[in-house]
Amino acid sequence: MDGLDDIVEEFLVESHENLDQLDSDLVALEQDPNSRERLSSIFRTIHTIKGTSGFLAFNRLEEVTHVGENMLSRLRDGELALTPTRTSVLLQMVDTVRSLLTSIEASGGEGSVDVSAVVAAISAAMEDTPAAPVAEPAPAAQAPAAAKAPAKRAAKAPAAATAKAPAKAAAAKAPAKAPAKRASRAKAAPAPVAEELSDVLQDELQTDLPAEPLTPAPTVEEHPVPEPAATDHPEAEATTDAAGGQARRAVADSTIRVDVDLLDELMLLVGELVLTRNQIVQNVARQTDTDLIRASQRLNLIASELQEGVMKTRMQPIDHIWSKLPRVVRDLGLALKKSIRLEMEGRETELDKTLLEAVKDPLTHLVRNSVDHGIETPEDRKKAGKPTEGVLTLRARHESGQVVVEVADDGAGIDPAKLGAKAVQRGLLTADALSRMSPADILQLIFLPGFSTAAAVTNVSGRGVGMDVVKTNIESIGGTIEVESDPGVGTVCRLRIPLTLAIVPALTVECASDRYAIPQISLQELVSLDAEKAANAVEEVGGAPVYRLRGELLPLVRLTDVLGLTSERHDGHVVIAVLRSEGRRFGLVVDRVINTEEIVVKAVGGQLKQIGLYSGATVLGDGTVALILDVQALARRALRTETADRQEARAGVLQAAAVETDRQRMLLAAIGGGRRVAIPLDTVTRLEQVRTESVEKVGNREVVQYRGAILPMVRLDRHLGAYGESDREVLEVIVYADHGRSVAIVVEEILDIVDGEAAVRSDIDDMGLLGSAVLGDKVTELLDVRAAILAADPAFYSSPTPTTPSGVPTALLEV
Amino acid sequence: MTAPTRALAPATSGQLATFRLDGDLYGIEVEHVQEVLRSQQLTRVPLAPTAVAGLINLRGQVVTAIELRERLGRPARPEGTDPVVIVVRLHGEAVSMLVDSIADVVDVDASDFEAPPDTLEGQARELIRGAYKLDGKLLLALDVQKALSA
Repeated sequence: MDGLDDIVEEFLVESHENLDQLDSDLVALEQDPNSRERLSSIFRTIHTIKGTSGFLAFNRLEEVTHVGENMLSRLRDGELALTPTRTSVLLQMVDTVRSLLTSIEASGGEGSVDVSAVVAAISAAMEDTPAAPVAEPAPAAQAPAAAKAPAKRAAKAPAAATAKAPAKAAAAKAPAKAPAKRASRAKAAPAPVAEELSDVLQDELQTDLPAEPLTPAPTVEEHPVPEPAATDHPEAEATTDAAGGQARRAVADSTIRVDVDLLDELMLLVGELVLTRNQIVQNVARQTDTDLIRASQRLNLIASELQEGVMKTRMQPIDHIWSKLPRVVRDLGLALKKSIRLEMEGRETELDKTLLEAVKDPLTHLVRNSVDHGIETPEDRKKAGKPTEGVLTLRARHESGQVVVEVADDGAGIDPAKLGAKAVQRGLLTADALSRMSPADILQLIFLPGFSTAAAVTNVSGRGVGMDVVKTNIESIGGTIEVESDPGVGTVCRLRIPLTLAIVPALTVECASDRYAIPQISLQELVSLDAEKAANAVEEVGGAPVYRLRGELLPLVRLTDVLGLTSERHDGHVVIAVLRSEGRRFGLVVDRVINTEEIVVKAVGGQLKQIGLYSGATVLGDGTVALILDVQALARRALRTETADRQEARAGVLQAAAVETDRQRMLLAAIGGGRRVAIPLDTVTRLEQVRTESVEKVGNREVVQYRGAILPMVRLDRHLGAYGESDREVLEVIVYADHGRSVAIVVEEILDIVDGEAAVRSDIDDMGLLGSAVLGDKVTELLDVRAAILAADPAFYSSPTPTTPSGVPTALLEV
Repeated sequence: MTAPTRALAPATSGQLATFRLDGDLYGIEVEHVQEVLRSQQLTRVPLAPTAVAGLINLRGQVVTAIELRERLGRPARPEGTDPVVIVVRLHGEAVSMLVDSIADVVDVDASDFEAPPDTLEGQARELIRGAYKLDGKLLLALDVQKALSA
């Protein structure tokens, strides 16, 4: 429905449904005039339409329903008795309402539908002396016409005739034009020619809507009240009505309401179908029967499309929940005397209905929070040199299988120092612990239970409940929330929500010959160590195994230990899945990684839920059941809080680096001779290890074969004139790729990733360097990456011809 | 599907689905039984109660399997014999139990019923409502709800 906004459309669909109900209610009411219940139901329906039409500024619709409502309320209260006349005028009112709705649907406005006749008729019917139903001659004569079936049938013919005539004659008339447009759009009439249209209309009239034009026509003619538009009116009515049959199909009949449970059921079945499909496809792959193979390919395709289709039925644009927010912002802004503009980006982003419902409250909360605490008063904004009008931006987008929703304001931001002080004051953590935390990490404190930063408690927010509840709610649907803030500039709350709950991407791993699934959302990276390497790389801190992941100690948890099983991997290889949960990072040691697949989550019985390690189970492609590990529970069980705290503080540094886009993250590397260089992380595509013997020479340049291409190398120690060990067996390599070309920068050791802004810079310069800075308490040289790359491949920036496969995955990098 | 369980009423007449376990004959109300399956591939569940034998894939549905021998404190099933899976529907949820073999559906009469002897001890006492005295053998009435809420 172009040109109609959603509210109007919803109103139309609802009203059409209600009107159909109203018709039968009114007729039934005539049989049983004393049914209070029916009267009340009719009253409510009309009342609703009246209310909404007033709100949407459809004045004539409001006028008609208003008098109708008056009459109905008096009927309901027993002040008036229901006479056939009154039933008729009520039915007439229903028809008029329908005409108005049709017009609204066709043209967006009320068109030329005349309501004065009906209003007059209803008013007149109300003036009738109560309790004298058959007293007046006119209504009495009309009564059988309205109520009796034979009369209806008789009236059909003339009604159809009138419809034909005006449609021919009055093709230029507004009401006829609208249906013409509608009809052609609905593909019912081949051409919007009046004559053809009138035939269609006539058919419609006879088959679909035999009774509708009846009531207005005779009533208007027979009614004692003088009717100015008496001659024109029935025609217009008839045409619009007939077209209404078509137009309504466009909105009301093009959508149906479906029980969400039914959709859930379908979703389940489709999940099963997909699994069965997987099994069949696996089996058929071993067959030679081409017909069977072809059939299985078709099955494969259809099942995928079906899955997509069913998932789509459950998807709704996020606008459904956003549409309520402008009002919230406006009202709240007024109450707080703030001027706020709400901007929305990506309102058509779709996600699963269940998730949408689950996100609604947290999102509203975040918006209220931003309005209340985030955006300053106009005076404060003026003082800070900002425009008086604050801007609240909602953004939604799809990002790697998740929906990212942001609530951003350009308000005062959150001051980490104040926040930290408050947390200490409330006894939520010690001053010592605070001093070890990074600013970004401190920000996450607002998610602690019982924490509020509001200086004053307003009736809007600031009662100390909220952000922790928001976090809990978001996490309960498998999402995450993070906050970033620049004091004075604004705050962004970012929610990451899975697209759907029913099917999640997961990593399947093997442990003690059983398979387990780990939801991808908690997985950060995979590390595989061969026996030789594992022997050195896995160290112990007071008996607790740790692994140095890019210079940082990663606590290791053996899945076999947690599950009380014995590993069946004896070759010394160690496979680590680096997982993140509630700000803690840890490595889960498994026997081997099988693959990643989309799994359908099944609930497990009560006995197994109590164990608290499994979030569910799933059936894998080969039909075996695998348990889904609950990473949060695993972390809680395996990590002592103390280590977790330390972990969190350290991780915060990285997170800060990841989160603050305007700050530059640096990769620290040692190049030998005690020298350290910092390389901007955005110039790093991948970290690799290359065996020294695989380095070959092309002319006087060193190259290495990498993913089927030749990768030019620059040894940073030589490039920068340091003295590194040259007899190492394995070279640490930083790969940089751009425009399809890659180079490898060889360093001695990868040390860490740090946030560049915290550094003190100096411009002590040297060849190949941009300057130096203090990073991680040590003087570090900032690499001139461009120079280094040119040293490896002088043509790197000049030639855009791709020499290496593009799209080198960056999975190894922590983001 | 799930008839209101009158399991606690000591004596009931009606039909019992019977099965054998460690030489004894047991029965559960036939209306609880959804289906009976030959041995299935079980996925073990580490850290689960010992009576949980694992999870089975029942046409795409994941169903917990309870080892009834373990529940009743009987010795483990001898090596090499495959259990039979009885899928039971309780409160709309499917649960299954592993037994030795399945037997007939038997009509029982409340007048043949007798409460368990006082000498019956341990877990079994909780789970066995009593016995129907059939010709030449006893049919032990299992409280399926309790047995499967391991």
